[in-house]
Formats: sequence, C-alpha cells, structure tokens
Amino acid sequence: MNVLGLYNYWVVIALMMTGFYIVIAHGNLIKKLVGLTIFQTSVFILYISMSTVTGGSAPILKEGITLYSNPLPHVLILTAIVVGIATTALGLALVVRINEAYGSIEEDVIQQKDDEV
Amino acid sequence: MMDLFSSLAGGSLLFAGSFLCLSSAVGTLRFPDFYTRIHAASVTDLGATLILVGLIFYSNEGIVTAKLIMIMLFILITSPVASHALAKSARHSGLKPLIYDKKFKNR
Amino acid sequence: MEAFILLALLSFLVLTAIAITRLTDLFAVVMLSGIYSLISALLFVVMDAVDVAFTEASVGAGISTLLMVSSLRLAGRYERPSRHNPILGFFVVLVAGSLLIYATLDMPSFGSINAPIHQYVAPHYIDDSMKEIGLPNIVTSVLASYRGYDTMGEVAVIFTAGIGVLALLSISRRRSVEREKTEHGRMHEQMILRIVSKALIPFILLFALYVQFHGDYGPGGGFQAGVIFAAAIILYAMLFGFPAAERVVNFSLVRLLSAIGVLIYGSVGVVSLISGENFLDYTALAADPVSGQHLGIMLIELGVGITVASVMMIVFFTFNARALQRKEKYL
Repeated sequence: MNVLGLYNYWVVIALMMTGFYIVIAHGNLIKKLVGLTIFQTSVFILYISMSTVTGGSAPILKEGITLYSNPLPHVLILTAIVVGIATTALGLALVVRINEAYGSIEEDVIQQKDDEV
Repeated sequence: MMDLFSSLAGGSLLFAGSFLCLSSAVGTLRFPDFYTRIHAASVTDLGATLILVGLIFYSNEGIVTAKLIMIMLFILITSPVASHALAKSARHSGLKPLIYDKKFKNR
Repeated sequence: MEAFILLALLSFLVLTAIAITRLTDLFAVVMLSGIYSLISALLFVVMDAVDVAFTEASVGAGISTLLMVSSLRLAGRYERPSRHNPILGFFVVLVAGSLLIYATLDMPSFGSINAPIHQYVAPHYIDDSMKEIGLPNIVTSVLASYRGYDTMGEVAVIFTAGIGVLALLSISRRRSVEREKTEHGRMHEQMILRIVSKALIPFILLFALYVQFHGDYGPGGGFQAGVIFAAAIILYAMLFGFPAAERVVNFSLVRLLSAIGVLIYGSVGVVSLISGENFLDYTALAADPVSGQHLGIMLIELGVGITVASVMMIVFFTFNARALQRKEKYL
C-alpha cells in the first residue's frame, strides 16, 4: 500500500463524496445541480491524474521530448466536460420550468404540492 | 553574464509580483468594507503584470515573448474594468461605503 | 516541488467544496462553483493536460457559471435550509467513500510509467500518430480521427441539449422584441464597460478563430473555439441589449447553424462512405492519406465549433427571453 502515491486519489474521492452529499442531502434543485457539477469535475480530476506520467510533458509532439503523458484519457475527459455542460444546461431549463409550474424549487414543497393533487 | 542578469531580473520581478498578489489576498480578507476590499483585490492586476514581465525574461523564443506581452495587455485592460464594474454595480444597488465620523460611530 | 503545488490546489478544492455545502445564498454557491472549475483547470495544467485545462476553464468557469446565474434570475436566489436530519446522508456518503478508498488501494501510484493504462493503445497513438496523421497535437488527432465516432456522438449530445432547451423554454418573441427596440438596454449607463468591450470583442472573436484553426498545433480545437465565440457574442448581448444582438446575429440563423454543424460532421463521414472507405475514414477525402486526414480533421472541427457556438448562444438567448417574458407579465 503506497500512501504517498495514492493520497491524490483519496482527496479526489473526498471531493466526489462532497458532491454526492450535496446531491442527496440538500433540497434545493439548483444546489443539487451544483453538487452534480462538483462530482463530475472530481471524476475528471481522477481520470487526468491517472493519465499523468512523472517527468512527462503535455501530449503535443515536439523535437527533443521523449516522454509524453497519456493522451487517451484527455480525449475522454474533453468529451465528458462538454457533455456535462450540455446536461447542466438542460437540467437548469427543467428547473426553470418546475419553478414556473410549482412556484418553488425546494424539493419538499414540490413533493407536498404533488401529494395534495 | 547576460544569462545571469536576465534570470536575476526575471526572478526578482516574479517575486515582486507574487508578493503583490499575496498582499492583495490578505487585504481582501482583512479590510472592513466592500469597497476597500475591491480596492485590495484589484492590486492583482499589477501583480499579474509583474509576473508576466518576469516570465518574459525566461522565455527563449520570440513567439513566447509576443504571446506573453499580449496576455499582459489583455489583463491590464480588462482587470481594472472588472473591478470598476463590481464597484459600480454595488453602488447602483445601494450599498453605502463605510464612513467613520467622529461624531457618529459607523455612520 | 510539483507535489507541493498539487497538494495546495487539491486542498483549495476541498475547502471550496465544503464551503459550497454550507452556504445558503445560491449566488455565492454559483460563484464558488466557478472558482472550483477554475482551480481544477489549474490542476489540469499542473498535471500536463493542457487541452483539458483549456476546455474546463472556458466551459466550466465561463459558460457554466453564466448559465447558472441566468437560471438564478428565473428561479430564486436563496435556499431554504432543509429540515431533514443529515445523519443518513453522512452515513451513506461515508460508506460509499470508504468503499471507493478500499478500491483505490490496488491502483498504481500516481505518475508511474508502468501502469497498465500506459501500455496498450497509448504508445501506438504517441509513436504512430505523426506518420499516420501528421499533426503535433496528439489529443486533436485522437479526438478527431482515431476516436471520431465518439466526437460525433458528443456533437449530437450538444445539439440535443440545445433542442431540449429550446423545447422547454422558448417563447414567441415578437412582442417582447418590439417593446425593447425603443429603449436602451439596462446597461446604458455603464459607459466604461461598453467602450472597453466594444474595443475588445473583435479581438475575442479573432482569438476564437485562432483557437479553432490552431488546434492542430497546440491546445485548442472546436469546443474551446465555439465556447469563446459564444462568450464574445453573449458579452455583446449583455452590454448592448438583446435587440442589438439580434441585429448582429439573427436568432433563426443561429438555430439553423447549430444543425448545420452536425450536418457537416455527418456529411464528412458519408462522403468517405461513398468513396469506398469506412464511415469517417478521412483517407478517402484527398489524394494521399495524410492530407486527407488534415482535410477531414479541419472539416469536422469546423462542424464542432459551429454547433458548440450556436448551442451556447441558443441556451443563453432562450433563458434571457424567458426572463424578459416573465418581467413583462408582472409589469
């Protein structure tokens, strides 16, 4: 068990769990979306820290550099970042419509109004 | 000799720039009022400019120097405008600056 | 030394995340999430992922913060503190976190060259991409050529999000545009902002074009360029009012452009299919394979840039039109 080499991942897991906690424990819909964004970004940090090579440089080919970081997770995370913003935009549009329909974006108020009907 | 001089100049400018950024951060935390805090936060313009000028001494290619100068110009133009926008919108929303008067405390 | 910087940045991230949990003013929460994205972009730079850092800074710290502030305007600024007991949430999070930490005990340590992730496909990309595709930026050649399918799916996802936002929030805007044409935008007194941004917006647009076409040689590409382009137009719209922005970029044209971007991407694939190769095989596009790859990558990056720019503009304009309509209902 290599503590010094693994603390990076543990901090990222702590961030993931913070985002997860915000999603499950807070009632406000916009705050849940912010927590989801925190979760997503910490997953990105996990992937990118898996792809680094100590002593390597950015994956842009240049004369005189022999060791490069792994470009494949970079590509995956680039896609993931843009997909994340797309889902966030759609989620925010849904929140706006929910606000117009129910008058509030607190989860318990919405649940209550639904139960009344 | 020229190498030593340029790296020394670059290093001292980097040091001065980071000291200014650090003092700006301390000021943002310690100043009593919103407007004084904006003033403290806007010192980072000068700090970032000094850091960039210090980096120019370390660059080996002309294209890197040109890019650094362009970034420096951009930061010099936009960062004071951002502080101005903050202060103006705060004033527009009615936030009053903290004025100490000898007769009335915390007016 | 680098370990110290990594440790400092990671601790900033943790502090920001904890602060987001504790605050109830959603405006401060959104600003802190912008800071969170910016610090993680710094972290990506320290970890040598420059393309990813560029995208995260422009998309996460720029557009995402903007969209959330726009939706705060429509939804409400303060969070009501919840009355539930958070103990169950803590417990679930603790169990999940400890299981994940147990799972990482088998992972190779940070930065080791012998990790399995570096062994199979990555050396092929690093060694052979110069011969097969001829671009210095390996990330662009993997994104656009080796993994072109995934990027097409991504462009389709962005387009779908644009359609979704339009379906949920768009209104018929004839009436509101007419009324606003006679008055200035609300930012008319902000003279300094208007003058400086009027001087800077052409350079921002030029920078977006630079990022688009130099994605082959340095960090950049279609996504970042599209976001920067959209940010310039959104800045203009915020400062000079939406009727003025409508005169610069016609809204129906923007909607058409978002579909044209996806169409360009798909047509490149279909053209290679018709020429006898596989779908999205760029070697069929020109006389010799390497220049075919260059042409194919340039075309699809163009498609990606057009779609991303127009979808970001669509989302922002739609949110704003909804806010204007609601203001009119209350006037």
